[in-house]
Amino acid sequence: MKRILQVLFIIIFIASVNPFVSAQCKGFAKKICKLELIPFIHDGNYHAAILTEGEEAELYKTFYSGQDYRIAVCGSDALGAIEFQVIDGYKNVLFDNREHNNVRLWDFKLESSQQLKINIKVPVSTGESEYPASGCVAIMFGFKEK
Amino acid sequence: MQHRKYLIRLITIFSVFCLLVLPCCKSDKSREKKKGVDLEDFLSEDEIFDDIDKAKKIFYSLPSPLETAMLIKSAGAEYDEQLLNSLENTRNYTSNKSLALNLGIYTTDLSFASLFDQTQTSIKYMEAARTMAEGLDITDAIDDETIRRLNDNLNNRDVIMDIISETFLNSSSYLKENDRPAVATVVLVGGWIEGLYIATQLVGDDNIKGNKLVDRIAEQKLSFRIVQRMLADNLKDQSGKENKDIVELTAELEPLKEAFDRIKVETSEIKVEPDEESKVATLKSQTKITITPEVFKELRVTVSNLRSNFVQ
Repeated sequence: MKRILQVLFIIIFIASVNPFVSAQCKGFAKKICKLELIPFIHDGNYHAAILTEGEEAELYKTFYSGQDYRIAVCGSDALGAIEFQVIDGYKNVLFDNREHNNVRLWDFKLESSQQLKINIKVPVSTGESEYPASGCVAIMFGFKEK
Repeated sequence: MQHRKYLIRLITIFSVFCLLVLPCCKSDKSREKKKGVDLEDFLSEDEIFDDIDKAKKIFYSLPSPLETAMLIKSAGAEYDEQLLNSLENTRNYTSNKSLALNLGIYTTDLSFASLFDQTQTSIKYMEAARTMAEGLDITDAIDDETIRRLNDNLNNRDVIMDIISETFLNSSSYLKENDRPAVATVVLVGGWIEGLYIATQLVGDDNIKGNKLVDRIAEQKLSFRIVQRMLADNLKDQSGKENKDIVELTAELEPLKEAFDRIKVETSEIKVEPDEESKVATLKSQTKITITPEVFKELRVTVSNLRSNFVQ
């Protein structure tokens, strides 16, 4: 009985300190991805989740005329370079990072305000691992003060 | 005895497996949506990655309080402290909904004051936002260290904006990662409505033709569609139970939908113009906004009524 209680104590301890259990992707977004936005100002919004290779995500946002924006799309080391595309309401692909060495950033400004969609895909690795890799993916936006 | 040892080992292995692997597998599956739930006509299905069997995670992004304040300022607005929510109201907010709405409202006020270098006001509104966050049991979003950093950097607007951005990130990530995405949505809606309130009040009875701030306000119709999707997404929790606050808020925003329905925002296709030197692409397109003085007045009154209900 004493041994079972000891085991339970260890489990509770691990749960309380394990970053995956308590923090998930917040630390990744804040300490790693946010740095990619410098010298832009992060807008403060939080868009991050644990994704598995092969998984996709979409984000919808209105971008306003006259503002300078930076999009940063980052994935944790366990994942390959995250693919992302920026698409307008007419389904035109405005930017595809696969055509730019899989960069994590895109800087742009708009002549008129537009609602855009950002498509994200975690690539499937070519490694021989039996299980698909999972990790944090964050999408962050920065702007410049006018 | 041997059997007991084996049992303990089994429990340990299973528990460690659950702790390490299950959170990774969580992947917000419960909130994931299949393709085909896109935004009305504008964002219909596309097959960019041609992988229709994969579940997708959908994010909606509203202008944050900081971006909202920036949009108002860049449209040439002036600072008017009378428009901010009174600090004395903090004690009135006790329900989750009112605390969340006013966390967003005070954060927009704080951002607005900071962008106009109103440092003492910024500190007071940071304290108000802290009171709201604590009321919502959001731990560590705004603490003594945040206030100290703010005090130490009163003349450094970049640092002040970084502090505001970080506190908002702390609150929203805390809520989302603690299975309270509905509360995070209410915070964002509160902040966005406050921006709309400040902007519409600043225009006042001025001539709306050629007024940059009016265009900014009309363009919020695009973000309002995102507000509607965010609310619809959070209408039910993971167990399928309706969220009373979201149901109420959706109904409260109905007059705003009617007002925005009377504004027309048309956009042309975008042409991307890369600049190899600056590395900043320009998205060239045109937007045609149709709004009459009567419709603007109706929008201003609607926003004002809504905001009065939120801050009372």
